[in-house]
Amino acid sequence: MTTMPQISRRFFITSVAAAGGGMTLGFRLPVGTRIAGAATNPAEVNAWVVIQPDDTVIIRVARSEMGQGITTSLPMLVAEELECDWSKVRAEFPSPEENLRRKRAWGEMSTGGSRSVRTSHEYLRKAGAIAREMLIAAAAAQWNVPAAECQAANSIITHKPSGRTLRYGAVAEAATKLPPPVEPKLKGPKEWTLLGTPQKRLDTADKVTGKPLFGIDVRVPNMLYAAIVQCPVFGGTVKSYDEAKIRGLKGVRQVVPLPGAVAVVADSWWRATQAVDALPVTWDEGQNGKVSSASIAEFLRGGLAAPEAAVVRTNGNVDAGLAKAATRVEAEYVAPFLSHATMEPQNCTAHVTADKVEIWVPTQSGEAALAAAAGAAEMAPEKVVVHKTMLGGGFGRRGAVQDYVKQAVLVAKAAGQPVKLLWTREEDIRHDFYRPTAMAKFIAGLAESGMPVAWRVRVAGPSIIANLFPQRLSNGVDQSFANGFTEEMAYEVPNYEVGYAMRTTHVPVGFWRSVNHSQNGFFRECFIDEMAHAAGQDPYRYRRRLLTNDPQRLAVLDAAAERAGWSNPAPEGVSRGIALVEAYGSLCAQVVEASVSGKGEVRVHRVTAALDTGHVVNPEILRAQTESGIVYGLSAALYGSITIENGRVRQGNFDDYEMLRIADMPAVETVLVPSGAFWGGGGEIGVPPLAPALCNAIFAATGKRIRSLPLKDQDLTRA
Amino acid sequence: MPRLTVNGQTQEVDVDPETPLLWVLRDTLGLTGTKFGCGIAQCGACTVHVDGVATRSCSAPVSAVEGSQITTIEGLSTNGVLHPVQKAWIAHDVPQCGYCQSGMIMAVAALLKDNPQPSDADINAAITNICRCGTYARIRMAIHTATQA
Repeated sequence: MTTMPQISRRFFITSVAAAGGGMTLGFRLPVGTRIAGAATNPAEVNAWVVIQPDDTVIIRVARSEMGQGITTSLPMLVAEELECDWSKVRAEFPSPEENLRRKRAWGEMSTGGSRSVRTSHEYLRKAGAIAREMLIAAAAAQWNVPAAECQAANSIITHKPSGRTLRYGAVAEAATKLPPPVEPKLKGPKEWTLLGTPQKRLDTADKVTGKPLFGIDVRVPNMLYAAIVQCPVFGGTVKSYDEAKIRGLKGVRQVVPLPGAVAVVADSWWRATQAVDALPVTWDEGQNGKVSSASIAEFLRGGLAAPEAAVVRTNGNVDAGLAKAATRVEAEYVAPFLSHATMEPQNCTAHVTADKVEIWVPTQSGEAALAAAAGAAEMAPEKVVVHKTMLGGGFGRRGAVQDYVKQAVLVAKAAGQPVKLLWTREEDIRHDFYRPTAMAKFIAGLAESGMPVAWRVRVAGPSIIANLFPQRLSNGVDQSFANGFTEEMAYEVPNYEVGYAMRTTHVPVGFWRSVNHSQNGFFRECFIDEMAHAAGQDPYRYRRRLLTNDPQRLAVLDAAAERAGWSNPAPEGVSRGIALVEAYGSLCAQVVEASVSGKGEVRVHRVTAALDTGHVVNPEILRAQTESGIVYGLSAALYGSITIENGRVRQGNFDDYEMLRIADMPAVETVLVPSGAFWGGGGEIGVPPLAPALCNAIFAATGKRIRSLPLKDQDLTRA
Repeated sequence: MPRLTVNGQTQEVDVDPETPLLWVLRDTLGLTGTKFGCGIAQCGACTVHVDGVATRSCSAPVSAVEGSQITTIEGLSTNGVLHPVQKAWIAHDVPQCGYCQSGMIMAVAALLKDNPQPSDADINAAITNICRCGTYARIRMAIHTATQA
């Protein structure tokens, strides 16, 4: 086994020391893991780069690690310019309160929208270059030679004329006293030696040995446990509860009423959750106790025909185009609500004293967690300490909304000692901020050639932005609901119009991996297939004709088709479908090979994905993210459906909200075709093409057009 | 008080006998490598070995495992040497978020003990744990690598 850099344990040590105040460590520190900063004198060359005398390089990672690999890929961006020995690099998470104190020295900490690489690559590479130039300057000063005569490589500075060398660890302290260069020179892509290489992840060793990495693993001295039940109907409130029914239960300490919820605090989580189950609660369900999936569908369908809708993109004149068309293609599509279902259920540990709030939390946004804790405790932000842990999945659930933080702080405040709040899986699935349900209505007119001359798109559904950030709406319109139909829609259609009818329901909606691209990719790419079929043309070649003047998209589409062997017949009984999506600054085309049995069982055999993310930081992590996105998309396409009955979510656990397992995992081949010159995101782009490519393959296999997901609700049996 | 033997150490635990083994491991003994995912034996994040058999500890009352040898992820490596499954996991960089991987590794270690050369069909039948990050392709590769150890 090769030696590899490891994650610094410092954030755990800090958390234990702060919480324990010299008491027994509540957090089990791992055996055999070296601890950064324990016995050495780390020199902070700049906010991102800390170097120890033994040459260990600690690179700060401001974003959250939820599996997407930023603990490795972001340090690679710094290390490329730092010219340090990669095997001596460790990652460390700076804290949100330190970021506040240092006037956001680490910039934005929020982690979502596939932003980590694409919005921070420049300042991270600059931070590495600045540190490198300071280290070189320190060595040059020590030798009394011009810095221009020195160069750095592999954590060693060499004075070229004399051949003398100094290690980074030997000059780091001196470097901290030098002024940082204002405009460091960055390498060009051709000079990169680390970026673009398949480096191993820095967090693997800890993740295969069961180390306490996650929020749920936090143990602080004197800690109690809380379980929670929230009003099953969204927006409802607590009318009353009968505390006497659980009084005297072993280990139960306290019942804490919360907005729309009740928590029970006990000396173990098992006792707390048993007590919550036994606690009779009467809810005021509000106005939404009769809402159902059927009533929501009717409401959205009204939006497809409603005269009032925001026009979010238009070219040409659709009515005139349709009037000229030789044939028309029309269809309606539907997508369900979806839950994130992170493997680690929502949780947060909090300790509230008279002048301090301390929280330990798996969050995609440490800064939002800090604000939520301060708000709930009614304390100034400067009094909040946030310990970011690893996340057992995020997918958008743990970013914009920090509901579990607010709850944990309120419960800990009431308890007067540290409390770990942990939701059950049922609470997690029933109190999510869901991928919105959505509908689309399409009318397209095709010319004699089969190519579209006009296309009217109408989408309807609840807006995430209106739910979470209403101040970001422009003139009351959420453009992003039509993502994939607006600026990303590159197919050549001379007369084109997109309208969005916002239809807000009481079901909370939020950012779900690939967000509105997840449903719109399905709608758009299946309907393009419908046009191709109406035109009697091959769906891959039809897309090529629609992209004649777009070499970048053609390259990605061709790469997927070629690797999949589109021109050759598929294996016996297997059919192919194709889709192409642009999102988060990247392009992904997928070819799905699937079969459908006589009984209607769908089997996905192979998925070929081609990606253009511009530059690639770490191709192995990008491949892993693509596989991940395909599985996320496939679980949703096959099984994913959150339905509403009597105002509440019907599903509750993995028995009725099913996930793909290894037996149904297709072979995945990922072809990277980076065109350079831009930095696209890699964490979400793999999701949206999967459902349409699969449904297009099912059409090729059965002649049945899938216009509603999930597939488990579709009858694909054949006589 | 129930007496438990975990990773070779026997001790009394002050819990109610019907408490699921998972919560005794995590909250009483501080062995947090074993994870909570669903509580209904669906996802396998809580998989440990009970007398060598892969067992979903969220649904095993502690009273049912008294007298058994219980092994958790913390006890899988011996004398600081990683188990071949853990080594294979590192070789293939299997984990993404990593949350399900303790349970995956324990399930696979139990499979390989009974069936040192599993076919893909054997793997499909035995490994039913959920990974929400979708690391399944790498899990399968790593299992085949581990069989060559």
